[in-house]
Amino acid sequence: MKRRKERIDRGIKARASDIFALTSWREMLYLAAPRLIPIVGLIVLAFALSAYWQRVLLSVSVFALLAISWDILAQTGMISLGQALFFGTGAYLAGIMNHYWGWPPAVTIPLATIVGGLLCTVFLIPVLRLRGIFFSMVTLVLPLMLVRIIEATRIFGGTEGLSGLTALPSRWVEIYVLVFVLLAALFGFRRMMSSDFGLILKGINDNDRSVMNAGINIYWYKIQALFIASSIGAFSGAFLTHVYLFVGMPVFALDYSILPIASAVVGGIGTLAGSTLGAFILVPLSEILRGLGGLRIVIYGLFLVVFTVAIPEGIFHYVQRKYHQFERWVEVE
Amino acid sequence: MAASPLLRVSNLYKNFGGVQAIQDLSFELTEGELLGMIGPNGSGKTTAVNLITGFVKPTEGDIFYRGKNITGRAPYKIVRLGVARTFQMVKPFYQLPAYKNMIIPLYSPRVKQMTGGKYGDRDAVALDLLEEVGFERDAHVAYKTASVLPQGYLKRLELAKAIALNPDLIILDELFSGLSLAEVASIVPIIEKLRQQGKSIIMIEHRLKELFRIADRIIVLNYGEKIADGKAAEVMQSEAVKNAYLGSE
Repeated sequence: MKRRKERIDRGIKARASDIFALTSWREMLYLAAPRLIPIVGLIVLAFALSAYWQRVLLSVSVFALLAISWDILAQTGMISLGQALFFGTGAYLAGIMNHYWGWPPAVTIPLATIVGGLLCTVFLIPVLRLRGIFFSMVTLVLPLMLVRIIEATRIFGGTEGLSGLTALPSRWVEIYVLVFVLLAALFGFRRMMSSDFGLILKGINDNDRSVMNAGINIYWYKIQALFIASSIGAFSGAFLTHVYLFVGMPVFALDYSILPIASAVVGGIGTLAGSTLGAFILVPLSEILRGLGGLRIVIYGLFLVVFTVAIPEGIFHYVQRKYHQFERWVEVE
Repeated sequence: MAASPLLRVSNLYKNFGGVQAIQDLSFELTEGELLGMIGPNGSGKTTAVNLITGFVKPTEGDIFYRGKNITGRAPYKIVRLGVARTFQMVKPFYQLPAYKNMIIPLYSPRVKQMTGGKYGDRDAVALDLLEEVGFERDAHVAYKTASVLPQGYLKRLELAKAIALNPDLIILDELFSGLSLAEVASIVPIIEKLRQQGKSIIMIEHRLKELFRIADRIIVLNYGEKIADGKAAEVMQSEAVKNAYLGSE
């Protein structure tokens, strides 16, 4: 007797796209679980972890935010190689406001988020007309240039950076503010991308001429996407500045550009949730591998290769597909 | 004083490097007219459309729409004035269902202007528009992703996207190409209905038989130059047109 695996889409999904017939707690749970798990999971995790792993969670959340920021740009057809530009600009702005003017974190972080977003958008407006790799190259170069400017002119502490910045009230404030912002960004921007506004952004990626042909100014929409993405990046930079109590040239490092892309690729591009999931896998993995010394990068690299070859669509897309299916073995004659 | 034309193209030139794509093209389009534009492959028909709709900037010459000079304006600004076009190569948003493809034109500032910001339910409007161009409402074609739709429906979708903008001038770039006779026959009434609504239409076509039946006037292009302009029957009698299509003896 031969057997084969049968896949059936869950009944609830087969109904109309926005009418759900909730007949049992199981169906309600089925719908709620994908939202509840990250929310409850993060809140509990932030509470239960040791001080060291809380620091790791901070770092994970920051990279998740950067990956979300990257993903929003990618969905609009702008492949950025320079999330470090957004991160570093936010970090320096918060540092400057705190160090020179003595403003408290409650002022510097929100202000650095918005001003940083505006600054980065202004930096990139001249290259918005560039497509594909040309846009990417400029985003890659800009943070590297800023580092050299700081080094050469010795502004903002030069190579020493600015230290002794004001700390956040406690580590609980640190972790919970960041976790809350991450969840808000994840769910909020996911909703945004599935709204009609998000549809325009995705349309620009798909076929920008067709969007132009609808009388829509695609550059204005690209600018908005850019502002949103760079604000997210600037926030994470500003926030981490007040955690590390220091800002210096490393904030423009390549890590902040590359790791978010790796997260999005491993987790799955185009969902924001995938990017977040990717960060939650890659950053802790990098911590766990710390004991391996020199071989750490090799194992890490191998892991990336294996993952992208095994699940090229990204973990999130894979899990999402499986979640909506029943599988069972049936006999065939 | 005669009414000014809806569209006036005057002494238009376009060079791509050394290639003269359009040379000294001038024509007028009166309101409510259906103008056919024909010519052999590479004769500059699509370039002419790209010039009018702003996707390509002319080397020389002017384009007036309702007496306003629109030469070299950005495409999205020209659309807002009421000029909509379809593309020869249909490239829908493949990942989206057909009716979601309609959301983007419905989001247009032009539509917003005309509805006073009250869009209503865009999905419902999208489905109505699709029904107008022949998406049967009961057959659920409108809900299928664009990537699985046959060419006939993609062309209809392209047409619906242009109609959604409620334009005064519609430019159809080879709408009939790649369609079966039956499909063409089912789209012709849609175009006739647009004319009854008073829309002006420019059609670029290779399917001359169908075009001649509905066009008021025909322009023939060859190597970027206008070689004939007039009623279909007159145009086809012209020696220059015969030479362009059949080659001179």
